[in-house]
Order: sequence, then C-alpha cells, then structure tokens
Amino acid sequence: MSKAQQLSDRLAQIFGGQLQSNIVDVGEVTIEVAAQDYHDVCLKLRDDESLGFEMLIDLCGVDYSEYGQAEWTTEKSSSTGFSRGVEVASHGYLRFGDDIPEKNTSRSRFASVAHLLSVKNNHRLRVRVFADDEAMPMVPSVVDIWRVADWFEREAFDLFGIHYEGHPDLRRILTDYGFVGHPFRKDFPLSGNVEMRFDPEQNRVIYEPVSIEPRVLVPRVIREDNRYLEPEENTEEGAADA
Amino acid sequence: MPEIRNYTLNFGPQHPAAHGVLRLILEMDGEVIQRADPHIGLLHRATEKLAESKPYNQSIGYMDRLDYVSMMCNEHGYLLALEKLLGIEVPERAQYIRVMFDEITRLLNHLLWIGAHGLDVGAMTMFLYAFREREDLMDCYEAVSGARLHATYYRPGGVARDLPDTMPQYQPSRWHSKKEVAKLNENRSGSLLDFIEDFTRRFPTYVDEYETLLTDNRIWKQRLVDIGIVSPERALQLGFTGPMLRGSGIEWDLRKKQPYEVYDRMDFDIPVGTNGDSYDRYLVRMEEMRQSNRIIKQCVDWLRKNEGPILTEDHKVCPPKREEMKADMESLIHHFKLFTEGFCLPEGESYGAVEHPKGEFGVYLISDGANKPYRLKIRAPGFAHLSSIDEMTRGHMLSDVVAVIGTQDIVFGEIDR
Repeated sequence: MSKAQQLSDRLAQIFGGQLQSNIVDVGEVTIEVAAQDYHDVCLKLRDDESLGFEMLIDLCGVDYSEYGQAEWTTEKSSSTGFSRGVEVASHGYLRFGDDIPEKNTSRSRFASVAHLLSVKNNHRLRVRVFADDEAMPMVPSVVDIWRVADWFEREAFDLFGIHYEGHPDLRRILTDYGFVGHPFRKDFPLSGNVEMRFDPEQNRVIYEPVSIEPRVLVPRVIREDNRYLEPEENTEEGAADA
Repeated sequence: MPEIRNYTLNFGPQHPAAHGVLRLILEMDGEVIQRADPHIGLLHRATEKLAESKPYNQSIGYMDRLDYVSMMCNEHGYLLALEKLLGIEVPERAQYIRVMFDEITRLLNHLLWIGAHGLDVGAMTMFLYAFREREDLMDCYEAVSGARLHATYYRPGGVARDLPDTMPQYQPSRWHSKKEVAKLNENRSGSLLDFIEDFTRRFPTYVDEYETLLTDNRIWKQRLVDIGIVSPERALQLGFTGPMLRGSGIEWDLRKKQPYEVYDRMDFDIPVGTNGDSYDRYLVRMEEMRQSNRIIKQCVDWLRKNEGPILTEDHKVCPPKREEMKADMESLIHHFKLFTEGFCLPEGESYGAVEHPKGEFGVYLISDGANKPYRLKIRAPGFAHLSSIDEMTRGHMLSDVVAVIGTQDIVFGEIDR
C-alpha cells in the first residue's frame, strides 16, 4: 500500500464522519471538512502523534464559480469562425460594470485550501474547507494553530474576500492602499476596474474606469482527451477498435 | 510618570537595504524595535491570475520573473506540478540537466545573497567578488538558453534544447585588446560542460576566499552572531523552509527527504546550524554552495558519458522537430495545436515543490480539464519568512533589522508575486 493511501486510511480512522471527502490522487491526499469542524480537525492534525503536521506550508483561497466552464465548444465541429465560437459570457471578456456570469456548479463558491507538511513523518496533506455563505464567505482561522497562517489568510482575504473568523489582524496585504474589490475572484476583470494617471489640470493622480478593451487571445478549451478517460472506458474503446 | 515616547519610522520602500520594495513601519523605543509591520505588495503583478488566462506552456516565462535571482528553480516547481498531473516522464538526460541547472541557480542565488548581505552589513568587497562568479554562471545560462536571466529553459517533459558545444565568446573592443580577450576566452574554447567543469574546479577556492573575508571577521560576527535567533519549534510554527529552517537545526531538505528528478543519485550533505541565529544561517548557506558545487560536478560527469533525448516524445505536450514539421502532416498539426491552443490537463489538482535556494517553492495547480489552469497558487518561501520579521526583530536595534532582512534572503519578485 502506498504511503499516501496509508495516510488516507489513518485519517479516515481518526476523523471518521468529520471528513466530507478523502481522496488520494497523483500520490497526494486531499480531505474536505465542513467549516464548523475545520478548526478542531486542524488542531488534531497538528497534535496527533501519527499525523504530526507541525507545519503549514501554504494556504490559499479558491473561487470555484467558473469551474468546468469552457469558452469554446469542442464536441461538435463548427463552420463558424474563431470569434463566433467563443462564449462571450466568460470572465475573460468581463468589463467594468458588467453583470457577473452565473456560476454553473452546485458546490459553494469559495474554498480555503491548506497544504500541510509533517517534517517528523515526512508526509503532506491538503485540507479544503468550503465557505457556506457566498455573499459573506466565512471560514475559521488557524492562526492560533500555525502562526504562519497569518499572512496566508490575509492574502486569501485580500484576493478573494474570504473572512477568517478569529484572525487577529485581517487587513489587506498585497493590493494597493484603498483598493476596492477582490482581484482574484473570477468575476474581477483581468485588466482591473480602474486605471491611474496624473491629471495636470487637477495637479494630482486620479483614477478612472479602465480604457483597455478586454480580449482573449487563446480561448479556454476543455477537450475530452481519451488519454485521461477512466481506464475501463479506454479498454472498451480499444476492444471496439480491435 | 514619564511620558512614553515611541515613535514610528518608515523604512523603505526606496531604501537601499530594503532589498527591493519592502516598506517597513517600525515602531521604535529609542533605537530598539518594538514592532515591525511590513507593507508588501508594491511589486504585485498578479502572476497567478495572469497564468489563469494563458495556456500552460505560456506561463513558464512568468515563473522566471517570480524570484528573479533563482529563475530556473521557479520554472522547475511549476513544471513538477504540471508533469505530475499530466503523468509524463522526463528523459533521464533532461533530469540531469535540470538538476545541474538547479544547482547553478542555487549558486547564483547564494552569491547574490552573500553579496547583498555583505553590502548591507558593511562588507563592500563581497559584492564585487560574488558578482565576478555570477558572471560565469550567467554565461552558462546564456549558452544554454540565450538569456542571461530569464531563461525559460525548462519545458514540460524536459528542457528546451541540449547543452551546446560552444560557449559565447568575448569580442575585442575599444576597451579590451585582442590579447586580453584571448585570455578571457581561454576557458571558453570548449563546450559548455568543459566550462562548467572548469568552474567547479575553481569555485571551492572562491568560497574559501569569501570565508577568509567574512567567517572570522570581527565586525561580521558582531553584526550576525545572536541576531534574529529562531528556535526549531518556532521555525516550524513560522513556516520556515530551506536554509532558514536548517539554520535552526532541523535537518530538512526536499532534495534528500522527498527527492525529485535524480537527486536521489547525488552524493551531497545537508548542513545544519545549531543556534538558529543569522551567523548560523550564513554558515549553512556557505556550506550549501560547496555542496551544490559537488552536485554540479557529478552531473557534469554523468552528462559527459551519457547521450540521449532531452525532451519527451509526447508531441501532445512538446512540439515536434522543425524538420519533421516540414514533411509530416501529423507533426504540423501537433505544432499548430500546441501553439494556438496549448494542451489540456486532466481534471484534478497537484502540488509540486522544489528545494528552491530560499526554501520550499511550491506550485499548487487546480485543473478543470482545460488548456489553462483553473487556479495556480505559488507558495513562495520568502512570503513565510518575511511574515516572521516582526518576531525576529522585536527587541533588536534598528541596524539589526537590516541584518535580519539580509539573512532572510528576501526577493520581492516572489513575495509579491
């Protein structure tokens, strides 16, 4: 049994029903927990001898609102050109003041993903927690468990607007002083909302709505690549060919 | 009761010792730091968001620009995550080339660090010495990729091209006579491997020179010993990786513990500190340079003996050869699709981490099956290190802040991303 599988089994044994999912993929273990269990689970992940995740390597926010959404249909061949094949509603084409495209997944929009490392046991783990409320995403903070979470959570708050309950100093960190919005959300235009220039008449720096036309050079394409199909489907195809 | 008179000092963002665009708000009691609050983000370019808008193979160049003194290691982290999800094999020769250039990059990084750190603390000569050696190493970058800094040399499934047989030469000019140029070109007459081997022979002497200048230097020790002490427990809590963690006495190196590419075949040691102060971290990095030199030597020996492909044969992720493309329809289609649409990754997520010169550089990749990443998160070691600056400098003098910034080896390209 692989090391990742052993860790996954051990986690299932310790946390049982607290885990919403427990997956091993490409040699990495990912667990999902509910927001109310998140803090307890993290504390145990650090303090349990056999788990011993004494280090938080990374913590980041994810916006799942456009997951699995392509800009170009690839199932059927099109006699229409490149530009007409492109789905205009995707975030690459968003402009200042545009309506936000509706999300097409049933899961919550925002998640906070933590990567843990155990130096003692030499294994890694990924913990994902979804924020239930989409208008005001809220997740418990783990700063009291791993001190390093401080800046990582500030970053996720800054870029995604995820609020970390119990964080001692939740300020913006990467964006400019007085910045409006959360730039890494999928509905935030790539070119931003405002641009800055010096106005000689008012003799100061002013902000204006961006003048850049949104454009997408390479559309987002999802291909049903048969290399990545489930193994049993592959063999069926192989049999049909033979 | 006397009036408490703390005052606030604004350090940076244009301070020469701030290593780029660090703005530190220091709360001081006299000359003693009470609180340090770094304001970062002045170099924020939203690399992660830009990567979301581009096919996978077009983001490699962005990785160079993260930590712009250890370019190829950044590419490596990104490609490890990518290759893990793609499930492609990298040819053995390419793995050795990658390891060799990772270590060359480590030398580049540590040389810049020792130069800048020395300069901050008052050792001007170090900077000149370090840049002399950096010149040679950047020539290696130039020989292999054409660029001296932002190489974009690693590719999904291997490296862009094989090691060249010739080195770039100096040309005579108004300032350099033919005779001088001939002398400069002496060790550049052979192949790149000859040049690197020559460098590995010279380099240990250079490190000895640096150590003669610094290690027992009274001023150097006065400025570094017992400055910014971090205990092993705190180092883990603060998310330290790389030399910062090893300086605190924890033997942790991804090259040994979770080896990637061919590091498991390399013979090298991990230096570890005992006190966790700035001086120990200095010693750890100096020893790392010697160890990197050993690894480079081993790679050169292997690469001399073994020929082979340097890029995977899977033309879904790497372009076919130019001449094939001219004659073969299939190759032409592959080429066209790769450069217009890129390649799609299977749905899933992966985390690839390398032992970057500064610590653990990780890339977290979420793919929804498209030709662009759904989310790319870059875990920069400097980000975690800088967040501890408040704890590391509290109670120290103002001048020690500069030493702590130096010992953390801060580069804003990766912290702000």
